Amino acid sequence: MTRRNIPGFKTTMGATLAWLALLVLIPLSRLVTTSSGLSGSDFWKTVWSPQAVAAYELTFGAAFVAALANGAIGLLIAWVLVRYSFPGKNLVNSLIDIPFALPTAVAGLTYGSLYAPHGWIGRFLSPLGIEAVHSRLAVCIVLTFVSLPFVVRTLQPVLEDLGTESEEAAQSLGASRWQTFRHVLFPSILPALLTGIALAFARAVGEYGSVVFVSGNIPMKTQIAPVVIMGHLEAFEFDRASAVALVLLVASFAMNGGINVLARWSRRHER
Amino acid sequence: MKIMGVVVIALLVGLLLVPADAQDKKDVTLINVSYDPTRELYKDIAQTFAKAYQAKTGQAVVVNNSHGGSGAQARSVLGGLKADLVTLALASDVEILEARGFIKPGWQARYPGNSSPYTSTIVFLVRKGNPKGFKTWSDLVRPDASVITPNPKTSGGARWNFMAAWGSVTQNGGSDEQATQFLRKLFERVPVLDTGARGATTTFVQKKIGDVLIAWENEAVLALKEEGGDQIDIVYPDATILAEPPVALVDRVVDQRGTRAAAEEFIRYLYTDEAQEIIAKWGYRPHNAEILAKHQDRFPPFKKLFTIQDVAGSWHEAQKKYFATGGLFDQIYQPR
Repeated sequence: MTRRNIPGFKTTMGATLAWLALLVLIPLSRLVTTSSGLSGSDFWKTVWSPQAVAAYELTFGAAFVAALANGAIGLLIAWVLVRYSFPGKNLVNSLIDIPFALPTAVAGLTYGSLYAPHGWIGRFLSPLGIEAVHSRLAVCIVLTFVSLPFVVRTLQPVLEDLGTESEEAAQSLGASRWQTFRHVLFPSILPALLTGIALAFARAVGEYGSVVFVSGNIPMKTQIAPVVIMGHLEAFEFDRASAVALVLLVASFAMNGGINVLARWSRRHER
Repeated sequence: MKIMGVVVIALLVGLLLVPADAQDKKDVTLINVSYDPTRELYKDIAQTFAKAYQAKTGQAVVVNNSHGGSGAQARSVLGGLKADLVTLALASDVEILEARGFIKPGWQARYPGNSSPYTSTIVFLVRKGNPKGFKTWSDLVRPDASVITPNPKTSGGARWNFMAAWGSVTQNGGSDEQATQFLRKLFERVPVLDTGARGATTTFVQKKIGDVLIAWENEAVLALKEEGGDQIDIVYPDATILAEPPVALVDRVVDQRGTRAAAEEFIRYLYTDEAQEIIAKWGYRPHNAEILAKHQDRFPPFKKLFTIQDVAGSWHEAQKKYFATGGLFDQIYQPR
């Protein structure tokens, strides 16, 4: 049994529970009760309308793409930041946090004007036939931006702890670079990488502020689920808005649960 | 030490509280909860009203304006935002407040012009010189047209656009079926549905997307003013809808805060010549017929003007039929 270092288990646990209840559990249960004002068939008609389903697909699909992109690029960035030292490293390191600090609406506006057909970047893309605003691509781009820090920040401490000894050992035993990465490095960072991807994914699913500025919001094509919720709210359909929100909640909960199980499995597998 | 700290903090808090309290007794603060494009108008009016009120009563008044989507603003009031008065885009948003007991029935008859100190219409903004020659609604569904309008699900202004387009068919002898077909074709020509009217203007003017923007007349006038008139022009379609954005006292709040007299004064002020001129300056059509006539070059008459009552009976009906879940707007985007 582990020794309790912090005294007063009852007090601390009580505070934790009260805090969680106030911030998370009570609002969530309110969501359930609000949507339960709908009859069963209305509930299904709302949450499973073709528009809503298309919006879930876009929201989760784009969030998944963004999380995977950050999984790859974030690993690279974390690697560079941990393993090498170069002038301006601190600056690069702090740039990573900008998506945390910047109001996402600002990000959306900036991306929107940059990638618009007449914008600085968009003018080079639009002759190539790439629609970088008001398209699904645009949604993926901003979601990648807002979820950037998660993979980097979860991997950094793990990579720092890892040290170079095991790599050197692998290499001295004749492993190729790829083998070293595949069999030595990757297994030990995989749990952290998965956690980072899961966090990035969760962040991207909930994003609203930046996406509305760059997505076309066209039903069935570029409308994300939070906009569907806003549409219901504008019509004073609080119950329907809550119903769609509930679906988002349950889905991201399930997906995060799945990824956590995966991360735990890979951690156990490693040993 | 600890006690000293507490004393100091208590004193500081006291200092912060006392003058604020003393101020409340002398000055009046009003909160005006309004919709999105009226920022400039009510900023201007808040200042001139403060002067007029001071001259009349000797009392200082501060009007704080809050802006956002009309529906979202009504929800904020429902959620407890202490609005002394609301100046919203749609009568239906005020009716919601009436239904929940915030505003007493009969509010729309309390002030002239159905409680609308100004009207506005829906017009087109096009690129300078109107290169694609858009004259009226039927031009918008041409295959070479790219049309910008916000999402009627999230924007009050967009609902006016939608009903104007609908009425352009039904008020000219077209059937509901023809109007549905027209709107389906129209929305096929829309590459982006911004969530609010201001966002749509930005998409059209700043991002230069689309050939024509369907917009509030006041929003079009403002865009032209800000942009300098080098790149865009206004086109007045032959038929359009007459919008009457209403103002109303929030009875529950003014009685609670004791601000009824000042709030009433503010609404009456909106109908004075001074305020009506400011209203005209910002591109809204003043209620006062003389002042409207004075600015006729900027507010040309339309061949045909219809109201929401002509087109749908009421906003309540329109909301149910066109914009609610499973309504006509949803059907337009239903995969066929």
